[in-house]
Amino acid sequence: MTRRWAAQTAAELSMTMRRGESLLLTLGIPVLLLVFLTEVHILPTGPGHPVGFLAPGMMALAIMSTAMVNLSIATGFERGYGVLKRLGATPLGRPALLAAKITAVMVVEVVQAAVLVAVAVGLGWRPSASGVAAAVGVILLATAGFGGIGLVLAGRLRPEVNLAASNGLWLVLLLVSGMLAPLAKLPTVLADVARALPAAALADSLHRSLTGGLAVEWWAWLVLAAWAVGGPVLAALAFRWE
Amino acid sequence: MPSRSHAGTRPGDGQPGGSAAPGAGDPDDADVAGDAAGDAGAADDAVTCDGLVVRYGRVTAVDGLSLSARRGQVLAVLGPNGAGKTSTVETLEGYRRATGGRVRVLGLDPVADHRALVGRMGVMLQRGGVYPTMAPRQALHLFARYYDRPRDPDALLDLVALGPVATTPWRRLSGGEQQRLSLALALVGRPEVLFLDEPTAGVDPEGRLAIRQVVADERSRGTCVVLTTHELPEAEHLADHVVIVARGRVVASGTPAQLAASAGGEAVRFVAPAGLDVTELAAALGPAAGGVAEAAPGHYEVAGPATPATVAAVAAWLDRQGLPVQGLRTSAATLEEAYLQLVGATDGQRGGGSDGGGSDGGGSDDGAGNGAATGASRAGASQAGASQAGHGRRDRGGRRRGRR
Repeated sequence: MTRRWAAQTAAELSMTMRRGESLLLTLGIPVLLLVFLTEVHILPTGPGHPVGFLAPGMMALAIMSTAMVNLSIATGFERGYGVLKRLGATPLGRPALLAAKITAVMVVEVVQAAVLVAVAVGLGWRPSASGVAAAVGVILLATAGFGGIGLVLAGRLRPEVNLAASNGLWLVLLLVSGMLAPLAKLPTVLADVARALPAAALADSLHRSLTGGLAVEWWAWLVLAAWAVGGPVLAALAFRWE
Repeated sequence: MPSRSHAGTRPGDGQPGGSAAPGAGDPDDADVAGDAAGDAGAADDAVTCDGLVVRYGRVTAVDGLSLSARRGQVLAVLGPNGAGKTSTVETLEGYRRATGGRVRVLGLDPVADHRALVGRMGVMLQRGGVYPTMAPRQALHLFARYYDRPRDPDALLDLVALGPVATTPWRRLSGGEQQRLSLALALVGRPEVLFLDEPTAGVDPEGRLAIRQVVADERSRGTCVVLTTHELPEAEHLADHVVIVARGRVVASGTPAQLAASAGGEAVRFVAPAGLDVTELAAALGPAAGGVAEAAPGHYEVAGPATPATVAAVAAWLDRQGLPVQGLRTSAATLEEAYLQLVGATDGQRGGGSDGGGSDGGGSDDGAGNGAATGASRAGASQAGASQAGHGRRDRGGRRRGRR
């Protein structure tokens, strides 16, 4: 099991590295947005240095890109190409396959966090050390939730449709997430809807914990925990292997 | 885990049931299903289906199909598209549950004992099955890590001649290269049972040779190979035993030679320009020869035993027409002719398709009967043509050949 998991994880990572669009999505866009929006003040980022708002927001975006969009698109094509079906006839097994995918997602997230923190610090961000534990907690919950959503799409839609749907969902969540602008700037109804989604809960939590050194709000824990359980359960029920 | 035993297998022997009686009208039903020796044979059988039924909603894909294959045997499941070949193989692979009947692979249930089986079987899907961005070498090395006792991935790469494209992503490989990689991936785990679904589809002649060689090697290792194909030459070349499937049932089974023999009696066949006057040839041959018919445009058939006299008469007649002797064959019917008769017969009786599917042996017997009947009526027709011809010209010795 360990040997298979390790081999599969290495393979998943090597394929992620080789996909140009996935590198663009997971690292290129968040870093680019972080640098550009910090230097060019076109967004209402609230009080304080813009990087204090944007750094946690772009980290949330990076997590969403990796755990939801990247996982979904890759898995969707694997399903479409019969890879998942074929793997079903090997001793790899679904638990090891799933474990490898989760590990690969987390490795990419660690790389993303390291790069984004380094760039943000270079831009003047001074994150709060006391918020790191809470940040790790919300990232893990959000990863489970996003992963579940991504796999629901990957497990039901044709690969090409899934590609469009995942990217579309990514854009919608980016706009109503408090990643680019504070939720308070959104219309009230939209802000209320956004608070029920994992993207806004993650962005708000990272902002509070890492930039503000504040405790994560209870509603955010609740929303993230609900998606962390509901997403994977839904994926397990909905997923079609071929 | 049972170790792999080559003892007791009989590679190369195409007759598990023992009684091998080739010939028209007796297409060897004992081999496939429900033979008396079934109990003794079952222990040896690496793969068995007994009365397999697979339904998708209201569509019946497999309708009481029975077959078996031993270690060291290559079984070809031959049939037109939509005959139920893939459904059958995927049930054996554990991808789908049988709606009815019993399926065993190495004595285990493919679905319930899936975990125990995956390490002992190799699977080649009809399409895909490989990461599109992964190159052959990486794919083989990855798959090798799934198994406890894998074959050397680099040696496999050479075996299927993919060395030159070892680092080319799968999606940029040609169809034949993709098929050969799929085949190599099926071999990595040293399978005891190998399932190949349309292994030669879209493969160039060179690739076909490579695949044939691999299948032959596996057979001599004692692997049980079950492959599907709709290409007759492949079945003829690869298989010890062929099961012809149509509309979800076995319509005939046997060695390729037995099936070919069951298609009809002996005949002399030759190729000449289409539209020659066969009545004239029939007259030239005289009543001793069977009927003459143009089976397909330009393909002529003289029914009856291929005596030297008949062959000489055909040659002499061609000479008088100023034609060369082309494609002269004295063989019995080919597997292709058997296949077309059997599959054609089954397709022709759509109305009767719903009955007789209950018993496993029944499906096979029914189908074989149909095939034989069609063969007989076909021979009858060409002879009718011949006796007409004889009537129109002259009736040598006053004898008229009656219909068989």
